[in-house]
Amino acid sequence: MPSLAIQLEGVKKSYGNNIVVDGLSFAVARGECFGLLGPNGAGKSTIARMVLGMTSVDAGKISVLGESIPARARLARVRIGVVPQFDNLDLRLTVQQNLLVFGRYFGMSAREVEAAVPQLLAFARLETKADAQVGELSGGMKRCLTLARALINDPHLLVLDEPSTGLDPHARHLMWERLRSLLARGKTILLTTHFMEEAERLCDRLCVLEKGHKISEGKPHTLIDEQIGCQVLEIYGGNPHELVTLIKSYAQRIEVSGETIFCYASDPEQVRQQLKERAGLRFLQRPANLEDVFLRLTGREMEK
Amino acid sequence: MGQAYLAAMPANAYNWTAVWHRNYLVWKKVAIASVLGNLADPITYLFGLGFGLGIIVGRVDGTSYIAFLAAGMVATSAMTSSTFETIYATFARMHAERTWEAILCTQLTLGDIVLGELAWAASKAVLAGTAIGIVAATLGYAGWMSVLYALPAIALTGLVFASLAMVVISLAPSYDYFIFYQTLVVTPMVFLCGAIFPITQLPSGFQRLARLLPLAHSVDLIRPVILDRPGSDAALHVSALFIYALLPFFLSIALFRRRLMR
Repeated sequence: MPSLAIQLEGVKKSYGNNIVVDGLSFAVARGECFGLLGPNGAGKSTIARMVLGMTSVDAGKISVLGESIPARARLARVRIGVVPQFDNLDLRLTVQQNLLVFGRYFGMSAREVEAAVPQLLAFARLETKADAQVGELSGGMKRCLTLARALINDPHLLVLDEPSTGLDPHARHLMWERLRSLLARGKTILLTTHFMEEAERLCDRLCVLEKGHKISEGKPHTLIDEQIGCQVLEIYGGNPHELVTLIKSYAQRIEVSGETIFCYASDPEQVRQQLKERAGLRFLQRPANLEDVFLRLTGREMEK
Repeated sequence: MGQAYLAAMPANAYNWTAVWHRNYLVWKKVAIASVLGNLADPITYLFGLGFGLGIIVGRVDGTSYIAFLAAGMVATSAMTSSTFETIYATFARMHAERTWEAILCTQLTLGDIVLGELAWAASKAVLAGTAIGIVAATLGYAGWMSVLYALPAIALTGLVFASLAMVVISLAPSYDYFIFYQTLVVTPMVFLCGAIFPITQLPSGFQRLARLLPLAHSVDLIRPVILDRPGSDAALHVSALFIYALLPFFLSIALFRRRLMR
């Protein structure tokens, strides 16, 4: 069995003059959670679809679970589970029927699916909803059912396109907990997200994308240490441009985004000292995160 | 293109059954309404046109008009049933409901999905065509065994029109475009293809055109069976219908690939 779950080499894709993926290469090891992080339009979903063989590639090579894509994508998909960006459950069927129908798509017999269903319902915390119409479920429940559905074929690899987008905080934490339990069971995950916290919590490694380019790749904390490596002081409530001149010499780096100053300083206390005469300013001191990395690499905040 | 197109073909001989089965599960929930609708429609037509017009028309092709019409309507309703299933229900599954998108994430190919949808639409056509046959047989205008013997031809008719409609939905941006297919293709065929009156009533130019149309082949295949009389050129009609089913099938897979997997 090849040790790499996914390998992309020099992959390019454009629609007309619009270049969506521009010479992208990365590799995902088995058992790893690899994140594609970037704002909307960075090409994340296109990459996920290309990995599944659902979007053609203009140039470059993709191999997934040892199969070359797209020629042998069908054989790779036998061992892949997918959570798409937009729910596509069968709204006219019950929770249990959704799993049954999906099992059949993988060539499973009714008996095989029925044996798997109780475990999947328990995994999705939907034991009591087996006979409910999918249309009656909350957004979080639908998402969990989509994840359970992706597990029906006991896949080696999961491709998750924005799995927690649109979920409330409670449902999101449940989703993250469920995904961690899958990683503990040795599954490989390819995750796209524009959610920094999600990427930081779940991903072993990630690739930061902007407009189809890879702008950085590595472990989340290594990226943060390398790119930022100090505390962050957010300052807001004043005229940013006027304030910057006061604190410039006390900070390693300063970014202004909207009305907020992001001040990267090894000694934030000194910066505060400079501004203590100013009334109405608000300060937030925190450790650096991926948001700062993105701001540093692209010069702008990620759009939510 | 070549390799990727081949990868989109049906993967094996049975994958499509999963798609058929999914549609059956959903249909089962509304089965009673669906069957009643299939019965009510032909009864209305047979009484309205058959008795009403039948009195004025008298005998056609050596049989009562209502029997002539019933046999034509078996073919027509197979056509409309599979056409409507495809342009409305299948289009919804391919487009707004994202059912196909979910299936494409499994080991099924686009070809498997299209095949399953065709088989499903043909099943609905069998249901609709048989419903008319049953009404006609109950009224004594057709033999019960004749209806049974006509089933393969009804299914083939369903397959043909589902396949043609598949090309239409692979190109249509939205539901609004289907009205053109209905009014410019489906409805004229009902009148041109000998379903309601014999093709020989048409001007000779139209006759030549009409004999090429798929519904004419269906009517010429089904009517002799229903009316229990010897048919002619059965092999020709079956071959023509197979061509009308197969070419759009392969074309629609290429068109869907362009639409859904670009």
